[in-house]
Amino acid sequence: MNLQKIDRRWIFLFMLVGVMLPLIFPIGFKIEVMPNTKAVYDLIDSAKPGDRILMSFDFDPGSGPELSPVATAITRHAIEKDLKIVYLALWPMGVNLGNLIYEKEKDNLIWGENFINLGYIAGGLVAIQSMGRNFTEVFPTDANGNSIHNFPILKDVKNFSDFAFVVSISAGTPGIKEWIMSAGDKYGLPVTGGTTAVSTPGFLPYVNTGQLHGIIGGLKQAAEYEMLIGQPGTATSGMDAQSIAHIIIIIFIIIGNIAWYRNRKQQKEAKK
Amino acid sequence: MTEFWTQFGIWIGALCTLAIWSFLYKDNPFYKIAEQIFVGISAAYWFVYTIYNILIPNFFEKIFTDFSANWLLLIPGVLGMMMVLRIFPKLDFLGKYPLALMVGTTAGLGIIMYLKTDVLSQVVSAMVNPFTGGTVLAVLGAFILIVGTLSGLVYFFFSKKHEGFTGGVARLGIIFLMISFGASFGYTAMARISLLIGRLQFLLGDWLGILGN
Amino acid sequence: MNYKLPLVITFCAGLLMILAEFIPHRPFGSISANIEIWFLIITGFAIILGQISLLKMNIIKVVYKLPNWKYHLATIISFSVMFLVGILYGMQKQPGLLGHGEWLSSALGDKPFDYIFANIYQHLMAAMFSILAFYIASAAYRAFIARTLDSTLLLSVSIIVMLGNTSFGTSLTAGLPQAIKFLHLPNLSSFIMDFPNTAGQRAILIGAGIGIIGSSLRIILGIERSWLGGK
Repeated sequence: MNLQKIDRRWIFLFMLVGVMLPLIFPIGFKIEVMPNTKAVYDLIDSAKPGDRILMSFDFDPGSGPELSPVATAITRHAIEKDLKIVYLALWPMGVNLGNLIYEKEKDNLIWGENFINLGYIAGGLVAIQSMGRNFTEVFPTDANGNSIHNFPILKDVKNFSDFAFVVSISAGTPGIKEWIMSAGDKYGLPVTGGTTAVSTPGFLPYVNTGQLHGIIGGLKQAAEYEMLIGQPGTATSGMDAQSIAHIIIIIFIIIGNIAWYRNRKQQKEAKK
Repeated sequence: MTEFWTQFGIWIGALCTLAIWSFLYKDNPFYKIAEQIFVGISAAYWFVYTIYNILIPNFFEKIFTDFSANWLLLIPGVLGMMMVLRIFPKLDFLGKYPLALMVGTTAGLGIIMYLKTDVLSQVVSAMVNPFTGGTVLAVLGAFILIVGTLSGLVYFFFSKKHEGFTGGVARLGIIFLMISFGASFGYTAMARISLLIGRLQFLLGDWLGILGN
Repeated sequence: MNYKLPLVITFCAGLLMILAEFIPHRPFGSISANIEIWFLIITGFAIILGQISLLKMNIIKVVYKLPNWKYHLATIISFSVMFLVGILYGMQKQPGLLGHGEWLSSALGDKPFDYIFANIYQHLMAAMFSILAFYIASAAYRAFIARTLDSTLLLSVSIIVMLGNTSFGTSLTAGLPQAIKFLHLPNLSSFIMDFPNTAGQRAILIGAGIGIIGSSLRIILGIERSWLGGK
């Protein structure tokens, strides 16, 4: 049997079953918190009650399973610390994803007092630059079209100096990089956040320079954050499946290599 | 009634997921329809949000409620309309002017921002005394950071042929880049699997109800 | 002639943004602040252009019955439905042209726009991206071969990082003695990510950053004109 020519649909099926089973029958592997996740937690934990924070939803449902748990965990932590949370979105779909979290947490949130969703703003880097000069000019209304001057949460807000830090939950451009470039490097607002695991390695140089205060990279680190705040959620429940899926991929790599070497050996022997 | 529509929504969501996944078996009409519905809804979502979240509050409302303070906004309004007129091939040239403003603004900002964030800050961070780390691992790590960054940069420097000493350093750069790409693959696998987990949590939990909370 | 004015506009806008960074006072600071707000508004119109253009292409395919035109009809219908419910009844607490459409939202439990987002769009998009998990497994099987030293290195690092980023990896080496605790998979993975990976990524960042600065300069100076549709 030529393992290299195996129908890829068998691989798909194997993967599907491999991820499905640990979800149905949880194993309960241990989760260890990594320093980058702890750095994000520490920044939020160090904020004083009543501090205003920005949370930017720079992702869409395509990355929702990875990033919504991050946004939810950070929102819960901010609620616990009695912070004032200002949601906005550099991606249009981010507005609704933010609202879905608000709907779940609204028992602890009062729109306009300790929470507001300002909605979507186009322009990425230029928009952030503009917020740094005059925040209310960029967001004259909240996501529901009401003037922001009606809400106590944004009373006296002029620019980034009226916020403690920004948390960007980002799946690409515009996203956390633009926040670092403008809000962080130009206006001095501390930047932290979460990204999809795909882009995490590319952001570590910013963590090393201190331009980014830690990073939550994907579902595994979202689970670490859930553990830190003591509220296990969808990220934690997906960790066993994640582990098994990684093992399956590693097994695939090993079998693929064995098949390749065996094939090459056979080809060499055939030539002789 | 609401309960019915909630359940109906879950079923529709499940069927949409299965229609997309059917592509894994082979291309088929269910996948194609789901794909096109996705494109249509996505475009309309952007359209509606742009009108309600950007154009009305930032442009129309300001112009109509306080014209004397905001008359300057007529300039981007006109430029914006010129942009939209590109839809007619004969008026395509009009779109070049607003585009010029956007390209110029982005390029100007880009120079400053990338210079500061990606070049200067990163270069400064590579200029550290590696012996201040405290532990052996920290010192080793600092050395790796310096050597890896420099050799990686030499690899990207194509004005000098990669031979002799330069070639050796560039080769070391490739090794560091390979480590970065390997790490990226590991994280990519993790990301993709997370998305599959999210889908299965919906199908097995919300739809079939066989997952515990 | 056709290109001259756009090139002048690009030059002035680019130069102004650079000057405003170094001289944030009048007139540069206030002009660049205005341009930034203009940028947002023009971007809004540009998004509208993109969506109209997409709709136009689909209508052409259906009207002229080009191959697969029936599927493009689905695009037009889904676009129209989402657009109409959004414009007429708004989203969340934002009213539309006909108000909030209470008669619909009381039945659906949500406004129709939000209902479609939550129950169709969200699932379609998440499912679309989730199929990549299957393809990455297939790619790992077929393409991840240790042919050379470089590919072996890439492969080994990815395996360590994958194991280090799972609870299974954590359990696997949890019992290591303190003296060799750095070999504990999450620690090893963390070391790789924080040092060799960061070094490689930093080289890429600096290289790409210089590249972007170079091309931005070419655009501002009018050397790079491909965005105008020229050569």
